[in-house]
Amino acid sequence: MEHIITPKVEYVKLLDRYGKESTIGTLYLTATHLIYVEQDNHTRKETWVLHHHISSVEKLSLTVSGCPLLIHCKTFQRLHLLLPRERDTQDVYQSLIRLCQPVSEDELYAFLYNPNQTEAERRDGWDLIDMATDFSRMGLPNEFWDISSINSSYELCSTYPSLLGIPKTATVATVTGSAKFRSRGRLPALSYYHKDTKAAVCRCSQPLSGLSSRCVEDEQMLKCINDANPHCPFIYVVDTRPKLNAMANRAAGKGYENEENYPNIRFHFQGIDNIHVMRSSLQKLLELCALRSPTMSDYLVGLESSGWLRHIKSVMDAGVFLAKAVCDEGASVLVHCSDGWDRTAQVCSLACVLLDPYYRTIKGLMVLIEREWISFGHKFNHRCGHLEGNPKEVSPVFTQFVECVWHLCEQFPCAFQFNESYLLIIHDHVYACQYGNFIGNCQREQQEMRLRERTFSLWPYLLQNQAEFQNPLYKRATHNTVLRPSTLPLHFKFWCGMYNRYDKGMQPRQSVVNTLLALTLRHTQEQKTMTELQRQLAVVDGILPGPIGTVSLPPDQNGCPRTTPTTSFGQSNGDCTSVSTCAGGKEDSGLEMSSQKEAEGSSATEHELQTKTDKPVSMVTQKEKVTESL
Amino acid sequence: MTMEFSEHIKTANVDDVVLKLPLRPALKGTLCVTAHHLVFSERKEEGSYQLLLLLRSVDAIEKSVENLLGYPQYPSAGPGQRMTGLSGSSGTIVIKCKDLRILQFDIPGMEECLNVASSIEALSSLESVTELYPFFHRPRELSLSEPWGLSSPQQQYAQTERLWDRWRLSKVNRNFSVCMSYPRTVIVPCAIDDITLAKAASFRQGGRFPVLCYYHRSNGMVIMRSSQPMTGANRKRCREDELLLQAAIDESEMGYIIDTRSAQQAQQARMAGGGFESKAFYHHWRRLHRHLERGKVLQESLIKLVEACGDPSQNMDRWLSKLENSKWLSHVHSALSTAGLVAECVERDGHSVLVHGFEGTDTTLLVTSLAQLILDPASRTFRGFLQLLEREWVQAGHPFRQRCAHSAHSHARLRQECPAFLLLLDATWQLGRQFPLALEFSEVLLLRLAQDAYASDYGTFLCSSEQERCALQVKENTHCLFQFLLRREEREKYVNPLYEATDLAIWPSVHPQSLQLWTGLFLRWTEYAQTMDEAREEIWTIVKERKETDRPKGCAHTTLSRHDSFTNVENLMDELTVL
Repeated sequence: MEHIITPKVEYVKLLDRYGKESTIGTLYLTATHLIYVEQDNHTRKETWVLHHHISSVEKLSLTVSGCPLLIHCKTFQRLHLLLPRERDTQDVYQSLIRLCQPVSEDELYAFLYNPNQTEAERRDGWDLIDMATDFSRMGLPNEFWDISSINSSYELCSTYPSLLGIPKTATVATVTGSAKFRSRGRLPALSYYHKDTKAAVCRCSQPLSGLSSRCVEDEQMLKCINDANPHCPFIYVVDTRPKLNAMANRAAGKGYENEENYPNIRFHFQGIDNIHVMRSSLQKLLELCALRSPTMSDYLVGLESSGWLRHIKSVMDAGVFLAKAVCDEGASVLVHCSDGWDRTAQVCSLACVLLDPYYRTIKGLMVLIEREWISFGHKFNHRCGHLEGNPKEVSPVFTQFVECVWHLCEQFPCAFQFNESYLLIIHDHVYACQYGNFIGNCQREQQEMRLRERTFSLWPYLLQNQAEFQNPLYKRATHNTVLRPSTLPLHFKFWCGMYNRYDKGMQPRQSVVNTLLALTLRHTQEQKTMTELQRQLAVVDGILPGPIGTVSLPPDQNGCPRTTPTTSFGQSNGDCTSVSTCAGGKEDSGLEMSSQKEAEGSSATEHELQTKTDKPVSMVTQKEKVTESL
Repeated sequence: MTMEFSEHIKTANVDDVVLKLPLRPALKGTLCVTAHHLVFSERKEEGSYQLLLLLRSVDAIEKSVENLLGYPQYPSAGPGQRMTGLSGSSGTIVIKCKDLRILQFDIPGMEECLNVASSIEALSSLESVTELYPFFHRPRELSLSEPWGLSSPQQQYAQTERLWDRWRLSKVNRNFSVCMSYPRTVIVPCAIDDITLAKAASFRQGGRFPVLCYYHRSNGMVIMRSSQPMTGANRKRCREDELLLQAAIDESEMGYIIDTRSAQQAQQARMAGGGFESKAFYHHWRRLHRHLERGKVLQESLIKLVEACGDPSQNMDRWLSKLENSKWLSHVHSALSTAGLVAECVERDGHSVLVHGFEGTDTTLLVTSLAQLILDPASRTFRGFLQLLEREWVQAGHPFRQRCAHSAHSHARLRQECPAFLLLLDATWQLGRQFPLALEFSEVLLLRLAQDAYASDYGTFLCSSEQERCALQVKENTHCLFQFLLRREEREKYVNPLYEATDLAIWPSVHPQSLQLWTGLFLRWTEYAQTMDEAREEIWTIVKERKETDRPKGCAHTTLSRHDSFTNVENLMDELTVL
């Protein structure tokens, strides 16, 4: 709270994307959120933005009508506020600058947030996703692969998980020797084992080969991986970088594998650009999204020159290369980039989605993210800019993975158990730091922070609310195979639902998914009612024993999907054409949240809002008496 | 006539032909050329595959022949000796269809190949309308005595009671003498008699004087359409035309003229005798210019887009720049935003609108029909949409015969081809994508219409005007596509299972981000379309399953599939006997 100079500013205007004025409201700053409340006779609209979601705050030059403040969010929301007084603007600006970039981990929301769970629930929540279980699902350990705890104290590699899949034939000497020859000790380890072909996807960082260095143990390590696949005489080594970048690294004593030194490898470059290129590409894309009224040509030219879809395609191409190698050729693949925590994570996890239908389920995607991203040390703290730090470390690497999955969902509408809103809510939470999952840069750091004791896990929350993330078109039976997407450029399109997500006017006004979900829901309720009726009739007829009572049905509430903070509200970029109205009219959503997290305690903010609830992430709620649709 | 067709067929049957279709393994069988179809039947006892391709749907044909054994090893077989399949020569015909499908036939025997190719060339471009297949298509379940067409200005008038006090039906064009491209009856203001109409018509290009096309029930405003006024270089005026427009609105009201040309184009049109309504003579009308591309520019745009979609290059920048360069999405964008403007004038500002460009037969109709889809819930039903197309395109005189003579593959010199109708279907698809519950028909109907506008078994899209249809007795001698589509067993294939009627206007977003490439059409013959079909079927399954409780009399489930012109073997038999 000490950073909040002015907790409340009245008569603040929220401008729409065209710079036109919307209604006048009140701006509140709390310890966790920025809240903008518009209220007139009929409606009360609240816009909540989590401080962690704010990526930048800009003070624009003074205008006649007030002092503008432009707030950009990591969720691609933009707020253009107009404050009446210069002093307030400066205060709010300073507070936000400080609040959106915490200096120490302890300031992160997750350490304040308590979803009203017991210690046992918290523990169970963290145990929900477990790497050992996933290994055994893949059929490991087996005659070729071991699950080793050689890195249990993170001494072999400080950024790797404690459990590693290692070829059975690899000795300790081989493993440690290989680790020493790899950048940051990130040795070749198993990412995914494909039961049907016995081929494996392995990952590592670049070798310290320089211009001519060799390492017998590393060569031996690759041979062990090769030997672990009896059906294929070679392995692919995929360097996901452009060749030029890899060559430049050789001068710095790093580089890539020399085919002459490693027997039976087939070496490939994939040409995915580095984090800096990706960051500036996204910047260009977002500038395009913010254009007020571009022509179709402006837009298409801008889309091309941002390079964004080209980068997305390069990630997808690499993922498809891996999947084809494993499934068509039965060949194992070893993937690396420079450090093996960005492009490598993207490509390996994408290959898993293509190869294994399990990772196309709601639970499976959690497992995949947990394994390939969290435990293999994707630097969420740095890449998402959770804390004040080097802005050059920030890059939308995870966003790109999420987008690749979305492209697959678009090409295969019946192959995924989840829908778009699942991808969006995960993306939101990666940046929100409300749950502990995406805090820290690797497993060791997470343990040091004692996240399991001090924060909660996101996954149980998503599982509880999975009804609304279901893809009603999901047909598991017919998509029990490898996905073979077309990677022709014309299959890649701009993801309006992500990058212009808060411009409700640009989204389809009616949703097929939600309509079908509602239908499905009604159907299951009806079926429940029928079964219950039959049961009660049976009781009445004396066929079934039962409690004495009349044949009256309680209204069945269990099937109702719970409204969650991130997805089910009308959200907009100030472009407040009232598209969605909250069903129920009253304090429905707010109350629902409050029951969940009343125990906010000391961290609870003192803002004078009617709803005493603290909504976890950014959102907009709107309550209207007049129902206006479309 | 039969003689005429057979003149074109030198080789009617070829065996051992290999057919290569997108997404199918190559098939071997017999190829047969008939008057209107190309028939391929696979040589297999069970489950043999039949392809029945309407020759009219061939847009372009490429042939190449080669001598497999090479000349040196196989010296000339002597003059006069017929080259057969055994001679070792063979040929390949690639057929590019107007529905964008591409087929390849490998034909043994150079001569057979060349014969087949020349037959296809000749028979796919028959000039006379009455020689076309709709005049021969006689499916058993349809009778020529059934009604032809769904709607007419008379019906529209009769159904809209509130029109009656200020608008009337005029038969001034009963002989097509006032306007060649208008239907016999039109709806005009009561205050204007037929003599005035005829005079106003003489002031409009092609005689297309302003007529009513839509009445907005909630506020009584109307949408009218016409062609440009023939003011010419010396700013001629026409009192009758001014009176006609004045009578369409009240004294106090204000009307909008949406000119689908740029202001500059409209100015330049005066040099060619055309022009625009000057403020000085049309006091109560305000003119707005919204430039829409037409004619050759649109046709070339389509060609470029289809070329880009067929480009196997993996280069993303190249695709995006080709997509941009084709300008197709820009055209979709302008069509929707201009229609949105018209709808806004009518619904939000409460003004009547007159739409025209040059001839008033292309972009004008595009804009008026899209505006109606936005405003009018009735036009969003299955029947209502077909009625809209019938009134605004077929009867209003869109020259289908010229505009849809060729599609994107043809190398023939462009004459009057223009995909204005395809653009309407694309824009309608965009509406359906943004409002997936608002249209009663699905994308499958739009694809079917896109196909039939270019080549059809039915007479609906034949000819360019009602006059021509009457002269050629189209209605007496062909079946009506719209009537056919509305038959219960057909209808099922084309309805949107999620349809929920709404009385509200559906305002499309015209942000470039909100518009997409119509993959259903442009990627129709790829694997992508198959997964989309699967999704559509799944939606049907869910809706049927779930809605069964709501509707006790649920109709039997029929699997949706994309419309193919493949199957109908019965027709084929009929035709073979004709030959």
